[in-house]
Amino acid sequence: MIWLTWRQFRGSATMVAAVLGVLAAALALTGPSLASDYAAGIADCTPDDTCLDFFDRFFGEYDLLFLALTLVVLMLPALVGLFWGAPLITRELEAGTHLLVWNQSVTRGRWLAVKLGLTGLAAMAAAGVCGLAVTWWSGPLDRSAVPEMAQMAPVVFGARGIAPMGYAAFAFVLGVTVGMLVRRTLPAMALTLVVFAAIQLAMPLLVRPHLMPPVTGTFELGGENMDGLDAPSGGSVQIFLRTSAVPGHAGAWVLSSKLVDPSGRTISSGYGGAGPSSTIVRAVPVSTTSGPCSPQGLPAGGCTAEINRLGYRQQATYQPLERFWPFQWIETGIYALLTLGLTWFSFWWLRRRLS
Amino acid sequence: MTAVLAAQALGRKYGKRWALRECTIDIPAGHVVGLVGPNGAGKTTLLKLAAGQLEPTAGGITVLGGRPGTTPAQLARVGFVAQDTPVYAGLTVAEHLRLGARLNPRWDAAMARERIARLGLVPAQRAGKLSGGQRAQLALTLGLAKRPDLLILDEPVASLDPLARREFLQGLTEAAVAHQLSVLLSSHLVSDLERICDYVIVLADSRVQLAGEVDRLLAAHHRLTGPRRDPDQHVISASHTERQSTYVVRSDAPIHDPAWTVSRLSLEDLVLAYMDNRRTVLEVQR
Repeated sequence: MIWLTWRQFRGSATMVAAVLGVLAAALALTGPSLASDYAAGIADCTPDDTCLDFFDRFFGEYDLLFLALTLVVLMLPALVGLFWGAPLITRELEAGTHLLVWNQSVTRGRWLAVKLGLTGLAAMAAAGVCGLAVTWWSGPLDRSAVPEMAQMAPVVFGARGIAPMGYAAFAFVLGVTVGMLVRRTLPAMALTLVVFAAIQLAMPLLVRPHLMPPVTGTFELGGENMDGLDAPSGGSVQIFLRTSAVPGHAGAWVLSSKLVDPSGRTISSGYGGAGPSSTIVRAVPVSTTSGPCSPQGLPAGGCTAEINRLGYRQQATYQPLERFWPFQWIETGIYALLTLGLTWFSFWWLRRRLS
Repeated sequence: MTAVLAAQALGRKYGKRWALRECTIDIPAGHVVGLVGPNGAGKTTLLKLAAGQLEPTAGGITVLGGRPGTTPAQLARVGFVAQDTPVYAGLTVAEHLRLGARLNPRWDAAMARERIARLGLVPAQRAGKLSGGQRAQLALTLGLAKRPDLLILDEPVASLDPLARREFLQGLTEAAVAHQLSVLLSSHLVSDLERICDYVIVLADSRVQLAGEVDRLLAAHHRLTGPRRDPDQHVISASHTERQSTYVVRSDAPIHDPAWTVSRLSLEDLVLAYMDNRRTVLEVQR
């Protein structure tokens, strides 16, 4: 049975292995120089405290490649589900060859077990190799990325560490199960893609924020959580508050960020104009005719301190970067459970319905 | 000797429709059994149930004393060549034999190789490039070389031309004799079966209409021709013209009534009479 499974699978397996091999080789060749560039840049910027500038420059130089690799890791599980999972059974059903193979001296359960086991392990290995190689290569970039592209950010998290393995195993078994239910390859592939994409969207939006209770904190305003002030007028200053960063917790995944007044009430007013991306604009009532927030006083830079003195704060809930690995394990565990559940269902369906 | 196939009130439903129902048969070992019936009569359903590819909805079925398709040992004893003789298009002939050898403990590699060579199949050729007849022969070889005690074939010759049809059935008969295996095959053409079967099952309307050894069935059925009046014997079918009526009747005793011209039936006549059966009964009631 292993021979037959391998014989049917070897074409696409070899192709994927070749593509991943080339990718891994390219990453292995370029990774060390990327790491040494980063180390040199850090050594340069630390003495004169310009590392934020260095990060911007360094990340900006590689951001396209960074995004492309992240996308590859995110898409691999979906491709596995589409091209390995969905056709695994439907191809046999469409050609009628299930009737041939089910009448060899091998029970249907064993037939499915070998097919699922072998192809599923290959899927996990492919996603694992790809995910870990990209994680290793992206290390320096992850440390210098803008907050929206940090390791905990929804888009990046799923393309790092061990989670891709869990996604691939799940996508594969999802494809197999959908194939068994739908019995036709193309509809099964389409449905697999839709269901998998929906789950991959629902996970970071609905489930991942609550894997561990998020931390709530109140922070003074400063360069890390504020993207500047707008020219004061009419008795209030417009603040551009960042929604993806909190001071002192670099790389944290910020779930919500708002401006509160001295009594703790949320300030929701602000002029409707757009600020820089990933910010919200909030109006703080402060004297704009004299003092540090007046047009004359503003260049001196005391306005932020004045607003802090008056008691305005950023209030944010976030998942700190230290939770990256616990989250990876929990999320992979969830996908492993889903995979086991679907596997059980596919065996049950094979016995009860596909006969 | 245990029956090769015993079914009690066997039934299978697809959705709300019964594909097969109230099927009770008992086929003794050592026969070449023909399963015949019109399209959609439930032949494939019965064969799939016997091969363990389907689970019954009602009743029970045992094949060679065991529940079909449940254990590797049971699977090894029953060969099944499905309708349209499916093979893996991407695998070569030799790889199909390797598949058989890997998946069947009783695999007869020498016989398989010899058969392939005798049929003139090229081992390195992909099965997808074979003609319909060659594909059927490959599927039959896979079925035979696993050395089953019972070989089930579902419409194996349906897609073959007359010559390939005869070669296939001839090969099947020879193999059945050589390896003393029981054969159960279906067809909607009686002429295919007439040549090789010594046991026949007529399936029509999802039900078994007739089952038995061909010789005995032919001896027990007669065609009566004469004036229009109901015969004393059990009437299977009747047809009338203005001048005379023709009945097919079942009777183990000889018929001496001089009013009738008695003639023997061919297997085809007999099978058609039973396939017609239901319609005739309705007409008689009217």
